[in-house]
Amino acid sequence: MKNYMKYFRKKIVWFLITLVFAVILNFLLPRLMPADPVAAITGKLTQGMTDASAAQEVYKRYAEEFGTNKSMFEQFILFVKKAVRGDFGLSFSQYPRSVSNIIGSAIGWTVALQLPAILVGWILGNLLGALAAYMRKGFDKILLPISLFCSNVPAFGMAVVLLVIFGINLKIAPIAGGYDASMIPNMSWKFFYSVFTHYQLPFWSIVLISIGGQAVGMRSMSIYELNADYVKYSRFLGIKDRKIVMYVFRNAMLPQITGLAMSIGTMIGGALVAEIIFSYPGLGSTMYAAVTAADYPLISATTLIITIMVLLANFLLDIIYAIIDPRVKAAQFD
Amino acid sequence: MKNTLRQIFHSPKFVGGFCIFVFILAMMIIYPLINPGDPLERIGVETFSKPGIYFSMYDASTTKTSPFRLADADDKRVASKLSMEDRVAMVEWFGLAEVDVEGVSMDDTETLLKLWDENYSADKKIKMTQAKKKYFKRLNNSIQSLKAADKMEVVSKNPESGENETVTTIDKNAYVNVSDVTNTKILPLGTDNFGRDVLKELVSATRTSIGIGLIAGIVATLIGLTVGLLAGYVGGLVDDLLSLVTNLFTVIPSFILLILISYSLSQDQRGPSTVAVVIGLTSWTWTARSVRSQVISLRNRDHVNLSKLSGHSLVRIILTDILPYIASYVVMAFILQVSSGILAESQLSLLGLGPKTTVTPTLGLMMNWAMLYSAHLNGSWWAYFPVILTITLISFSLNLMNTGLDQVFNPELRD
Repeated sequence: MKNYMKYFRKKIVWFLITLVFAVILNFLLPRLMPADPVAAITGKLTQGMTDASAAQEVYKRYAEEFGTNKSMFEQFILFVKKAVRGDFGLSFSQYPRSVSNIIGSAIGWTVALQLPAILVGWILGNLLGALAAYMRKGFDKILLPISLFCSNVPAFGMAVVLLVIFGINLKIAPIAGGYDASMIPNMSWKFFYSVFTHYQLPFWSIVLISIGGQAVGMRSMSIYELNADYVKYSRFLGIKDRKIVMYVFRNAMLPQITGLAMSIGTMIGGALVAEIIFSYPGLGSTMYAAVTAADYPLISATTLIITIMVLLANFLLDIIYAIIDPRVKAAQFD
Repeated sequence: MKNTLRQIFHSPKFVGGFCIFVFILAMMIIYPLINPGDPLERIGVETFSKPGIYFSMYDASTTKTSPFRLADADDKRVASKLSMEDRVAMVEWFGLAEVDVEGVSMDDTETLLKLWDENYSADKKIKMTQAKKKYFKRLNNSIQSLKAADKMEVVSKNPESGENETVTTIDKNAYVNVSDVTNTKILPLGTDNFGRDVLKELVSATRTSIGIGLIAGIVATLIGLTVGLLAGYVGGLVDDLLSLVTNLFTVIPSFILLILISYSLSQDQRGPSTVAVVIGLTSWTWTARSVRSQVISLRNRDHVNLSKLSGHSLVRIILTDILPYIASYVVMAFILQVSSGILAESQLSLLGLGPKTTVTPTLGLMMNWAMLYSAHLNGSWWAYFPVILTITLISFSLNLMNTGLDQVFNPELRD
């Protein structure tokens, strides 16, 4: 137990380090750019303004809002102080809504969509990969190329294809939004049903893509394990095939968890873009709207929130990994 | 080396991927030769013209014709002009006149017309209002006139007299060979929302996108290789520091960094090559990690120790004793970097943060334009589907090559 605590403490420290680093990057990157971000923003906002003094006024207001007239360090302290309180300022494009309010209403949709989708895709992919490794001939020959092909369809491409086939041609699923546009969110069955139907296409487009990549990875892992000495030894001992397969898959599965942790950032990137295709009311669409409207505070906050979500997911996977892999536990003991 | 190459080209996966990739490259080189010109030239005035062969009506009307007598030509012509409303009316009349129309489809114009010709007569005693009776008479007239018309006159206004003069009469049975028409335009993939030739644009976009992928891959591989070699070979504090940085950049999603950087660059600064470099700068961690772990396992091999004892310099040891052993991993990582670079560009463009628009098309920008003009909602599949397919095929071929290489260099994975 003591060793567990030590491991967890180490992971928590690592999580905090990455978090601080992410916040610094989020703060620093836009400010390190050769162009003055305030000038860029006001440039976009004042396009077509003929009155120079009005443009000047806009510039001054935003310079104050961002505090670019203060020193870099002061700005950072201010940024962190506000961020900790969840205060990301007011949105430009949806004035006078606050950024935290907009993100608050979008984050639930994104989590509810992506978390189950990535998990289901991961599980299905692993099962298929294991099957491919075990069957080898035939299955392997068909499944592997299909999986490879599927995993190479970009997330937005899969989203568009599903949307056109099921939403527009077959008309069996709604094509946009998180729920029926004529409804007001409430606690009725009708509303839940509407949410459920709108959920299908975005969900499956993410699942279908993650299946392929996971299946290919799991297949290689399983083949590695099937050739391991302990498998041969177990065969000599006459242990039943089914039991050996269980050992093999458990061992092959573990690196897949690390694989999930590694690829979760990439997957979320793709899934966010898929959200845009379906105008799903999550963070992806929020970010898209923010980019098109040049809403700087909203972009900055959305990227920060997504980074924190990914870091949290990684942290949780580290913890889960330690609980189920005895070898990691052993490694922590010395 | 020769042996390795032979082995690589014996791997069916590698060869498959290689063939697809070479095909795409060949298209990129050959197509602009056949169809030169600016890929972003707006040829269409309307948006989203269907794929197909377009020829000038104006020229066709005065082109040499040859008569044909095709049996179903009349029916087809009438069918294409017969509205759904008319068909419903026809079936309604059949119902009133108690004509058996069991199993006749509404779209089967031939049978409908045949039945109409056989059965309809204005004098038939059927119970209906006078207005209806007149309506059916009108319908019959219009059907008959559609069938009877056999000539069309092309008239142009004489600029002097201001009178209309017949230029030519077009016979119903006159056909024109498309190749005889002076002005034709073949659009295998139609036009996009700005009226541009999609195939031409796609070829040019593929070239730019592969270029972006290559630059991103080279930048990422160079950084990753340097970091990995230093961390792995030098070890100690350098390793700790570099590994910390690598691990930090691994957990922070590169897509987010890309968004932040791209957004901070103004529109004018975001040329395709800048975007490519930025993508490379955010995606080197994978190479660094795998190079580092490979170098660590090589570091204490005998031949490396021997070089060290012989007093060879660090650079020389790395170049001659380490790099050749990790070359295969680096190449494999490079291939993946190229494919993920192309994907990253397209995702960035979809968010509206891609390379500067209206100068060079990229696959992502084409996708972005198609989505902005809702090509997917109005059925213009040619504007987005070829783009998706191209991205998929490029990335599929690269990954297939990678898998093939993996099986050659890791015999345990072989089938």
